[in-house]
Amino acid sequence: MTTGSRPLRPGHDAAAFRRHQILRENVIAWILRGCAFSAVAGLLLIVLFVFKEAWPILGDRVTQQEANLAGFFSQPLWQPVSETPKYGFTPLFAGTIKVVLVSMLFAVPIGVLAALFATEFASPRLREILKPCIELLAGIPSVVLGFFGLMVLASWLQPITHAPVRLNAFNAGIALGLGIIPTVFTVCEDALRAVPKSFREASLALGATPWQTAWNVALPAASAGVGAGVLLGLARAVGETMIVLMASGNAAITSGDVFDSARTFSATIAAELAEVVVGSPHYATLFFLGALLFLLTFFINVAAGAFVDRLRRKLAGA
Amino acid sequence: MTVQTPERPAVTQEPPRATPPPPTVRAQQPETAEGASPTHLSARGLDLFYGAHQALKKVSIEIPSHSVTAIIGPSGCGKSTLLRSFNRMNDLIPNVRIMGELRVSDIDILAATTDVVELRRRVGMVFQRPNPFPKSIFENVAFGLRMLGLKDRNELEIRVEDSLRRAALWDEVKDRLDRSAMALSGGQQQRLCIARSLAVEPEVLLMDEPASALDPTATARIEELVLDLKARYTIVVVTHNMQQAARISDRTAFMLQGELIEFDDTRRMFTSPHQKLTEDYITGRFG
Repeated sequence: MTTGSRPLRPGHDAAAFRRHQILRENVIAWILRGCAFSAVAGLLLIVLFVFKEAWPILGDRVTQQEANLAGFFSQPLWQPVSETPKYGFTPLFAGTIKVVLVSMLFAVPIGVLAALFATEFASPRLREILKPCIELLAGIPSVVLGFFGLMVLASWLQPITHAPVRLNAFNAGIALGLGIIPTVFTVCEDALRAVPKSFREASLALGATPWQTAWNVALPAASAGVGAGVLLGLARAVGETMIVLMASGNAAITSGDVFDSARTFSATIAAELAEVVVGSPHYATLFFLGALLFLLTFFINVAAGAFVDRLRRKLAGA
Repeated sequence: MTVQTPERPAVTQEPPRATPPPPTVRAQQPETAEGASPTHLSARGLDLFYGAHQALKKVSIEIPSHSVTAIIGPSGCGKSTLLRSFNRMNDLIPNVRIMGELRVSDIDILAATTDVVELRRRVGMVFQRPNPFPKSIFENVAFGLRMLGLKDRNELEIRVEDSLRRAALWDEVKDRLDRSAMALSGGQQQRLCIARSLAVEPEVLLMDEPASALDPTATARIEELVLDLKARYTIVVVTHNMQQAARISDRTAFMLQGELIEFDDTRRMFTSPHQKLTEDYITGRFG
């Protein structure tokens, strides 16, 4: 095509306009490319920084004399600012497991069943009210949830659980669960809505009840999405900091009792990093914790992706 | 009203092969045996509205048992709506209002006291697009039985095999019952859906354009199957394919814009229809 052979109107230089247009397209494409890559660059820089600060644990002799891998896993205490600093991960590990477990046991059933209710049982009008309400819960800043856990929830729960202390792993788990419910709910709800209507019709036409249809047809058909929702909730629970920092009591105790105070990986970093001497073994240890946390959530996310892919293929019959 | 108590699954009361068809078997009778079979399904003065739109207008029809009844008519004439009224699948659509009377045998379908779950077990349905569950072939057929509380593996196996045989699918799938139903061809999937419906021992089988998503070979197999099944079930088939209606049905109903225009013996309907509209439609003047 030869531009400019037949002008649209007198004096219109089609060729010049086209040159200008091409230039503009290129500039826009480069700006967009820059935005996309700056996000990736941000991620890379953060990862690089965290791993670089954690490196002395693995590669620096002086640091290793005070804080080392063997000590992390054999030392039973976390007392980084005592006369002889002790960096045992065991109490933090126990605290993290307890809080995350309680939060998942609380949030997963509620999130999944609420999603089932919203898609399978609620009238369209009720669903239009319910959904934004639950999603609004996701919009509450975690510091507010933490504050709620610290002041309100703890006072409610202690008379019921008879826990020795107000702030404990159970209390933090429930407060954290409130933060995770919307994640589980939203992902599950999307997955359930994507289940073809024809499955439900087939089930009901066979004489299955609405609950049988929801539980035996809709939920299994949406299992890939439900699994993803649960794993995303788990990743959030592991990484969530402010809620557990405020509601867990923050004592690094190795105990299997959920009614004891607890301290998680994330809360430890948040509580101690501001006070630590930069470059000290304690500092490197906290970054090492951060790197562990990063790897953990990273693998949960990868697992979620792989899990969803596999289920989707299985459901498609391949 | 006179619904069987839902807590006692009907299927467990009798062995699978022993379900005797009601005394009047129409299979051997000539196709023109008008009025020889008792009425199994009926509608009287049925009006149905989707919001303000009236989809069915004073439809009255009496469908005899153990026969194949075809409902034909152009798109949007209300044939699927009528079909879905017989097992109250229209309940799933918001803003539907329905008035008049519908009966299957002695059950008043629209009565508030009717147990819809039990009704749907007795009046099975096969849909336009094959819709097997994303489960194994076995679990698809066993689904309805499991929902009725049947757990015994042995009995499930017997009934699944029996249903698959009746749906003429057994020989093709017997070696891969634990494979996903989604891997079957479209025609096999549709026969699986038929087997799945038959497993819960319905009396009536409603089929909503069961072959319209299939190729000619698969369609022919479904049609053969329908002819086989009428010895045991009352079958109502909605189709937009007039040749198909002529091939498989004993009686044909012609609907237009929500009204039942004519309902007669299929042969008479296609050779000497009483209504001018029917004649125009089947000779291809509109539709």
